[in-house]
Amino acid sequence: MNDDHAAERRQELHGYIIGLVSAILLSAIPFAGVMLGLLSPAALIWVIAVAGLVQVIVHFRFFLHIDLSRSHRDDLQLILFSLLIVVLMVGGTLWVLTNQRHMMG
Amino acid sequence: MRHLLFGNLGYDALPFYSAIATGAASVVVLGALAVLGFVTWIKGWKSLWIDWLTSVDHKRIGIMYVVVSFVMLARAVVEAAVMRSQQAVAYNNPGFIPPEHFAQLFTTHGTIMIFFMAMPFLIGIYNFAMPLQIGARDVSFPAMNSISLGLTSAGAVLMMISLCIGKFSTGGWTGYPPYTELSFSPGVGVDYWIWALTLSSIGNTMTGINFAVTIYKKRAPGMTLFRMPLFAWTALCISILMIFAMPPLTVATLMLAMDRYLGMHFFTNELGGNMMNYINMFWLFGHPEVYILILPAFGVYSETIATFSNKRLYGYTSLVWATISIAVLSFTVWLHHFFTMGQDGNVNAIFGIATMLIAIPTGVKVYDWLLTMVRGRIRISVPMLYACAFMVLFVVGGATGVMLANPGFDYQVHNTLFLVAHFHNMLIPGLLFGMLSAYHYWFPKAFGFRLHEGWGRIIFGCWVGGFILAFMPLYIVGALGMPRRSQEFFEAVYRPYLWVALCGALLVLCALASMVIQLWTSIRDRQSLAVPAGDPWNGRTLEWSIAAPPPEYNFALIPQIDSVDAFHQAKKQHTAWRAPEHYYDIELPSNTPVGFVCCVASGVFGFALTWHVWWAVLLGAGVFFGAIITRSFNRDTFRIIPAAEIRETEERWLLTLRESPAIANDAMFTTANRGLVREPV
Amino acid sequence: MAQAIHGKGPSHIGIRMSNAAPESRKEAARSEAEEALFGFWVFLMSDLIIFSMLFATYATMGHSLAGGPGPHELFDLGSAAWETVALLLSSFTCGLATLAMRYDRSTGKTLFWFGVTLLLGLTFLSLELHDFFTMASKGGVPSRSGWLSASWALIGTHGLHVTSGCIWMLIMFAQVAKFGLDPLVQTRFMRLALFWHFLDIVWIGIFSIVYLLGVLS
Repeated sequence: MNDDHAAERRQELHGYIIGLVSAILLSAIPFAGVMLGLLSPAALIWVIAVAGLVQVIVHFRFFLHIDLSRSHRDDLQLILFSLLIVVLMVGGTLWVLTNQRHMMG
Repeated sequence: MRHLLFGNLGYDALPFYSAIATGAASVVVLGALAVLGFVTWIKGWKSLWIDWLTSVDHKRIGIMYVVVSFVMLARAVVEAAVMRSQQAVAYNNPGFIPPEHFAQLFTTHGTIMIFFMAMPFLIGIYNFAMPLQIGARDVSFPAMNSISLGLTSAGAVLMMISLCIGKFSTGGWTGYPPYTELSFSPGVGVDYWIWALTLSSIGNTMTGINFAVTIYKKRAPGMTLFRMPLFAWTALCISILMIFAMPPLTVATLMLAMDRYLGMHFFTNELGGNMMNYINMFWLFGHPEVYILILPAFGVYSETIATFSNKRLYGYTSLVWATISIAVLSFTVWLHHFFTMGQDGNVNAIFGIATMLIAIPTGVKVYDWLLTMVRGRIRISVPMLYACAFMVLFVVGGATGVMLANPGFDYQVHNTLFLVAHFHNMLIPGLLFGMLSAYHYWFPKAFGFRLHEGWGRIIFGCWVGGFILAFMPLYIVGALGMPRRSQEFFEAVYRPYLWVALCGALLVLCALASMVIQLWTSIRDRQSLAVPAGDPWNGRTLEWSIAAPPPEYNFALIPQIDSVDAFHQAKKQHTAWRAPEHYYDIELPSNTPVGFVCCVASGVFGFALTWHVWWAVLLGAGVFFGAIITRSFNRDTFRIIPAAEIRETEERWLLTLRESPAIANDAMFTTANRGLVREPV
Repeated sequence: MAQAIHGKGPSHIGIRMSNAAPESRKEAARSEAEEALFGFWVFLMSDLIIFSMLFATYATMGHSLAGGPGPHELFDLGSAAWETVALLLSSFTCGLATLAMRYDRSTGKTLFWFGVTLLLGLTFLSLELHDFFTMASKGGVPSRSGWLSASWALIGTHGLHVTSGCIWMLIMFAQVAKFGLDPLVQTRFMRLALFWHFLDIVWIGIFSIVYLLGVLS
């Protein structure tokens, strides 16, 4: 029982360490890219976007412990639904306002 | 020094600039004094404090929400009648209301009807009925519920204060910039509007969180989501809408506030502001809001049509899915509120099509309700009358909605009274009638006696007749081209229609008066209208299985559910109303003044911000957060009701139940109804 | 009617009074904690919409410099990088604090790690304040242009959230002093941790979209 406990603790601690290391890497790459001007601006935009998205997933997985297991189903559904609404609202706003700017341009 | 103490407040803020303003302010002040005097006269202060203001019982909080809503309804209906009178005489004539005052009237009318009549009404009804329907003892966060009520009430109080001190906004209920920016609206009106809205929308977001968690986590054992009554389903859907749709409003109003207070440039004309983004965000909130307003009525009709047709709701599953589809689709159509703002035809077309799609699940619902009535044992009760009127009128409103969903047509009639007729046609049958039928339906459960049936029918007649007379002519003048919000007009052809509309408004005033008389008569005759056994309508859902009014713990034992319409099934199987073998202690949240303190503090905060009284802003905010932090150190937040007390209450009620005559369905509206109806075999 | 009240139909249909004893205080506390955590998740998602609208507004205001200073003149990427490090480390120490609380049940260790988290949070805030002062001294005040209004509002709202997280932590220390690490205090610490991790996720958006893409454009 006590061993289980310790194992669980160790596993979670590992999770946090993995999360920290990958988050540092995923932040460092775009920062270094922009500050040192390693790639063309167009390529850097992609690097920033991909590193940012992956880092968000890393944070959810290792810091907030959201995974596909059954016990987190409610939370995961909530997050996915929120994501849908965010995509609708932010995407819609950008689409509509850019379109208006274009029409007025 | 004076400015430090009183901000922009001065004697010129008092409403002595016109007779109408003075009159209206006096009514508010005298009304408030009359209420205070009445409470003192009946020596009710202690009871008011203990039983109501500090109570966290979801039923009492629900009732208080409805009270707020009724007060605000009265004001906004009177304002509507004043506007109709002005327009009736305004042909080539400035009439009796100057333009600035007229603009204040349509702004407060819209703001109040949406945020301080409709929202508190529906939240109040849900607060009362939803936990009972899912077999819960309270909502998940009772103290937060009380704080939500406090924030909404503070917003409503700000609206009332704006009638007495200073002038309200003239920017319409949507408050579009740049008109509402400091350069065009330098007065305090827009600030009143911003803080009243912000307080109430934060309160509503908290209510949404509270309801959603309650439904997710507090359902009685065995009550799966697909065994919930449809009213509870609509509660879940509108909670989700409130959680996700209120934040854009909060952001939009706060950005407008930052423009006005800190000189920022979100929506200004100059230095890169983009007023179209305000309109975009406002309707990101505003369209889901339309469904926050309408889904509750759908839920109420689903309950009342099934109950008064003595039939299981036809197509329960399709109704649930239709509700969910409407809720999700409501996030995809906001642009149809600004088709004419200048995006290209493709964008408009896509949003037009998305808008038309919503008609499909709504149509499914109407057929389901009609088919529920087919071959049912229909009893024409007041809620049933509203449901029938709703189905006819709402289809008309829906049809004009599909017309407006076509951007080409919208270009023709935008900003005319056609649009005003359309949205009143949706919101009066699709919100107000639903809420009034909920009021008649659940009143006996809340207070233990029925509302007077005859007056109920008179109210119904006045509302429906008044609505038709007031708004059908507006479709015509709108199509003829009369702009909305006109203080004066110059086309003789509009005149007869506006006279008819005035008659409608007067009939609605009669409806309002009848509501007061009905309440008075019903309270006077409460002995003969009493339904202590608790099931006056031969109900189908859990709330009817307990006493009326319900004990504060709702259910002596939490029921086990194994079907839809559980109480109806139990009555059919003769298993209802059984005395449990054992009673247990029940733990309930104890009273707390935190909601009331937050109400006062946030009211002070909003008022002080409006008038730039900075020390009071800090004081209000400090007391608000201080109260919440202080409460978090309080561990004595529960009290126990001992089993013996519960046994006594329940046995007394079961005795009343056994002594009550079981009446036939047809006798439901007579004084023989004591809350027990014989089930037809 | 008497039958309806006293009758004994099959008990598996409709509503049954459960005669089982209600859940014990311990179970009730567990389900309350679960409700509180789920409720807090729902709140965070509502808050997420607030940040989304701020991001969307910022994104549509990219052209609204109105002749004022832009990201090149105003943003210091080095400072943003240090802020990122501070917040990221604080997320990690916050995780260590919850581990100490849940597995070691050690009040001292829990407080120590939350204390480190608080210090890192304050470090982040002082760096951010320094940034704001630098921006203002270069003429980048929020009333200068639409773009500056949007940047200040977005970064400032995040900063206010971090500030309230710090205040919350101080309040929790007072609660530990008064009640010890009892179940209710633990649930509140769990919610605080959720809040803290959530703010770090929002910061990813801010440094990517505001700082990096801003300087790049």
